[in-house]
Amino acid sequence: MTDGDALPTARDGAQIDVEDVAVSFGETTVLKDVSITIEPGELVGLVGPNGAGKTTLLRAMSGSLEPDRGAVDVDGAPLHERSSKAASRLVAVVPQNTDLSFSFDVRTIVEMGRYPHRSRFSPPGEADRAAVDRALERTRTAKFADRPIDEVSGGERQRVVLARAIAQQTPILLLDEPTASLDVNHQIETLELVREFVAEGRTAVAAIHDLNLAARYCDRLVVLSEGSVLESGPPESVLNRSVLAAAFDANAVVTESPVTRTPTVSALRSTDAEATVPDRVHVVGGGSTAASVVAELAAADCTCTVGPVASGDAAAELARGQGFETISVEPFTPLSDADREVARGAIEDADVTVAADLEVGAGNQLLLEELAEMDSLAVLEDRPFTERNHAGGRARELYERCRQRGVVAPPTDVLEAVAEAAARPEPSRTELEADDD
Amino acid sequence: MSAPNRIVAWSVALSTLLVGVVIASAALGPVRIDPLTVSRVILSLVGVGAHEVPATHRTIVADVRLPRILLAATVGFALAAAGTVMQGFFRNPLADPSIIGVSSGAAVGAVAAIAFPALVPIGSVHLPAFVGALVTAFLVYAIATEGGRTPVATLLLAGVAIQAFLGAVISFMIVHSGENLREAVIWMMGHLHRSTWGDVGFALPVTLVGVLVLGAYTREMNVLLLGEEDAQSLGVSVERTKLLLLALASLVTAAGVAVAGIIGFVGLVVPHMMRLIVGPDHRILLPTSALAGASFLVIADTVARVGAFGLPIVPVGIVTATVGAPFFLYLLTSREVHAL
Repeated sequence: MTDGDALPTARDGAQIDVEDVAVSFGETTVLKDVSITIEPGELVGLVGPNGAGKTTLLRAMSGSLEPDRGAVDVDGAPLHERSSKAASRLVAVVPQNTDLSFSFDVRTIVEMGRYPHRSRFSPPGEADRAAVDRALERTRTAKFADRPIDEVSGGERQRVVLARAIAQQTPILLLDEPTASLDVNHQIETLELVREFVAEGRTAVAAIHDLNLAARYCDRLVVLSEGSVLESGPPESVLNRSVLAAAFDANAVVTESPVTRTPTVSALRSTDAEATVPDRVHVVGGGSTAASVVAELAAADCTCTVGPVASGDAAAELARGQGFETISVEPFTPLSDADREVARGAIEDADVTVAADLEVGAGNQLLLEELAEMDSLAVLEDRPFTERNHAGGRARELYERCRQRGVVAPPTDVLEAVAEAAARPEPSRTELEADDD
Repeated sequence: MSAPNRIVAWSVALSTLLVGVVIASAALGPVRIDPLTVSRVILSLVGVGAHEVPATHRTIVADVRLPRILLAATVGFALAAAGTVMQGFFRNPLADPSIIGVSSGAAVGAVAAIAFPALVPIGSVHLPAFVGALVTAFLVYAIATEGGRTPVATLLLAGVAIQAFLGAVISFMIVHSGENLREAVIWMMGHLHRSTWGDVGFALPVTLVGVLVLGAYTREMNVLLLGEEDAQSLGVSVERTKLLLLALASLVTAAGVAVAGIIGFVGLVVPHMMRLIVGPDHRILLPTSALAGASFLVIADTVARVGAFGLPIVPVGIVTATVGAPFFLYLLTSREVHAL
């Protein structure tokens, strides 16, 4: 019936249809009106905060839990309409916690994955042995196949359970936090393995805590919050500030990882200063300090403009990713008059200007002249100015004036510094605003 | 060695041990009989050749000692097999064959028949004990089942509660058992004296059939050790399998307890001992535990019957508890018993 040559080859993937599923445990509603369809050849990640219903939804899909309302159809029919063995030839589960406190050896555990394929009185056949060997190899558990399960590490156990599910050779794989107790290399290996599984046309659903891993490996993310589907779609469209705020109550910025080119979520401290942070801030500076300043401001719902900044700089990339206006200049060239005008405009439009660990060179010394005239200025410093000054004495003089006029703070205190700068009385600005009225 | 070969090798070795123990036990007693003579009697009993044996020896071996020895082997086989199943089923190292109240139920039936022969005019203790055991098992199962599911924890607690209640019933009957007190107490201790071929004819077939069917479910027992949810996702029809395992283990226990009373520690200690030696895989653990249990109880009953080591003759339950309890304490203090 099966051949153990490839990964599961029993058949291609099957579709899962979750329709209006509701589940309650006593008084507590865990899922309400959840409807999703999972197509063959798709790895869908279930994400959401603790208690959002991820595990419950997986259990409803695996048939270990009957929904109070609604239905879960797997390959066209509910699982409970099939025999236990037939259901287990269709869906394999990698649970979050498997109780393995007795000393079966690893191979015996993986062999249990063949249970639904064997009849009661027949000894294991060639296909069974091949499937077990293959699963052990694929999960890199073969080298400790003869060790007792209670003597291998937690991460190794998790891979053994994955091997067991793979030996089951099902078109559908459900995984509950498959990477939770793995070290970073095994997290990647595990999800790469699931991707291979999906590449063969199979269907996989995984509850994944780590949003970055989920974004990197899943074709589609389903964001669960308080038992409902908040959002569903490709990671790039689903993972954004407002969804993360709604689902996780988190203050987070989503950027594209320069390494994997997939969305990366950075959760930031939630701040009380948010209310007093001005609407519009201009950031001058570059590199990682300016990038983190822009990220914090973005997370505080503040609109930024950035620049002038070298195109390709981390801060420029991040600002563009957030849809902020960015004044990009060619690296290592003097600031042109045109760019200087644009920068001046941006500074004037902003409520507060931030100099983020600013490096001063011949190219942007002129900019310092502008800043030195500003009242609402926050000067964020990581390194002493001497290390950042490539221009000379005039630049030092101008920078000192900036420090005297502005609020000086370390970059980590950006929100407080910006709030303070915005609150400072500044005659010129008040006059201007009075004119506007 | 591959798994099936290992099972066969262990089973052959333990069966040989059992035969040796049976012959040795039949040779011992107030009248010493040459083991060769014992073997001849046994061979002619099973119809292999006709052997010349002195008539008195033949009578002692065939009519007096062998029924008791074979009954001991049967009961040991039954209790150790049932204990193995229950420990795996409950995933609890303290589980024994009577964990859901089978022994208490048997005791109610037996003590009622012994103490109030007028009220239970059956003339036999076995039948009321057997029925009491099965009714209790069914009752506990029914109480613990709700909405088609039988949570193991509920089953365990229901078993404890029913046992406590039946304990009160038994105590009441014993207090009012009058001149039958001694017999009731001895039954409760577990004994094999006055065993007949009829007892063997009752207990042996039930035990063999029960353990054979259990043997067909050893893979399910293994998978159930992973937890019910995992077992379900691996294709085990969990509730049906649980019912079957519970019913068979209770049936086998009931057969043993009905003929021999409450013999403790065999079903608790022997599976642990074998688990230390052969590992937790029920495919090998169940047959080896059953066979080792048979040998263990034959040896224990020989000590009880012959009064070895200068001990007085006692009910076998006293011997198993005397040997079993210290051994179990040793297991408890060793690491292995925690790793079911």
